[in-house]
Amino acid sequence: MNPQLTEDGRLRHLLTLDGLPRAILIQILDTAESFMDVGEREVKKVPLLRGKSIFNLFFEPSTRTRTTFEIAAKRLSADVVNLNIATSSQTKGEAILDTVDNLAAMHADMFIVRHGQSGAAHFIARHVAPHISVVNAGDGRHAHPTQGLLDMFTIRRYKGEFHNLTVAIVGDVLHSRVARSQIHALTTLGVPEVRVIGPKTLLPTGVEQMGVKVFHDMEAGLRGCDVVIMLRLQNERMKGALLPSAQEYFKFFGLTPDKLALAKPDAIVMHPGPMNRGVEIDSEVADGPQSVILPQVTYGIAVRMAVMALLAGGTA
Amino acid sequence: MHASLPDANTLIARLADAIAPSLAPDTLIVGIHTGGAWVAERLHAMLQCSMPLGTLDISFYRDDFSRIGLHPQVKPSSLPFDLEDRVILLVDDVLHTGRTVRAAMNELFDYGRPASIRLAVLVDRGGHELPIRPDFAGLVLDVPEHQNINLSRLDDGHLTFSIA
Repeated sequence: MNPQLTEDGRLRHLLTLDGLPRAILIQILDTAESFMDVGEREVKKVPLLRGKSIFNLFFEPSTRTRTTFEIAAKRLSADVVNLNIATSSQTKGEAILDTVDNLAAMHADMFIVRHGQSGAAHFIARHVAPHISVVNAGDGRHAHPTQGLLDMFTIRRYKGEFHNLTVAIVGDVLHSRVARSQIHALTTLGVPEVRVIGPKTLLPTGVEQMGVKVFHDMEAGLRGCDVVIMLRLQNERMKGALLPSAQEYFKFFGLTPDKLALAKPDAIVMHPGPMNRGVEIDSEVADGPQSVILPQVTYGIAVRMAVMALLAGGTA
Repeated sequence: MHASLPDANTLIARLADAIAPSLAPDTLIVGIHTGGAWVAERLHAMLQCSMPLGTLDISFYRDDFSRIGLHPQVKPSSLPFDLEDRVILLVDDVLHTGRTVRAAMNELFDYGRPASIRLAVLVDRGGHELPIRPDFAGLVLDVPEHQNINLSRLDDGHLTFSIA
């Protein structure tokens, strides 16, 4: 049984996009579409989650993701409490489930969890009472489902359909929970060609088994693409033996206007942020006409509203 | 069977006739998804309104959200005008408990403060649970609580009522 779904097939937790049925993905995207105009009204709120308490549990620092979850919850009229646990009781040695139990005793209705360890959100989801929902806001290298969903929402907004697209994911797929969530969503939604492009040292072994085509040459991989998704190259990867230098990486795998010209003329460029300008992406591309990086941030609010609304409904 | 249930088109014409004498030219017509939007579309044409038509999906304002969750097919609301200080004619197909109308009014106020709201429904079927009554009704009918009255739209655009 899928731990993310109720017995009658509704969303119970959002932990990963792996194994989530296409109908649920579409339902989330359609619901997000309905939330798009809330931010433009005189009263930027709907009363759906009035009286619910949502706890942002961030065991790992994040500004954008935490902020967009907070805005999304507030637009749904929920009460939001932010906990940056790296700097609070965890440093005093409190176990993760003790933290969760204490917050549940404060009548939490939903936990938004970001953690450096893969599986942390699943672990909490298995532990909480039946009326509490858990949303994974990124766990280790495993999954970042709301980022994957907002990327799908962005693609659908600009391209309309999924069934006729070629999508390339470029960069450090090995360490990227975002890439994993994107690949699961793209294949579930019927994208016929998903490519991953990167140096051998930054692609997981056996990644082909996820249904993607592998390219180590960026020029070849970008040819004919409708969507180019750049991944953040984490600086700490430079310290190991994985990469020679940022300059060297940019030369082969940085997205420059010249390389982008190999994709389709109307190709869009996406990035989950935060960007390393001059490492994985040239500023001219990041700020150029094909970039949809800032719209991604805006759409992230509507998508997170949709996820929270679908989770919180029908639980009384 | 309700042999007395008239044709939906006849009811819409009757409703339009009732509304017309008191209709200010700059009234904003707003239909509630889905049936109310169909009726509003027809009234908007018959009454020759110059303002664009508005539609509301009240899914985000329902009072039974925490019990039954989100409606599976939420449509975006579309209010292509500023409703501050304007006269609004809110349109629905069937008035039953009044909870949908309450939700619709709550949503309207999140877009601005209208001067007034009037309510037009094709059928007022009784069973009100809130102090909400229509200003215009095509038909007042006492439908037993266990029965449902539904407006549907055929492929050719024809509207038809059924009771089940």
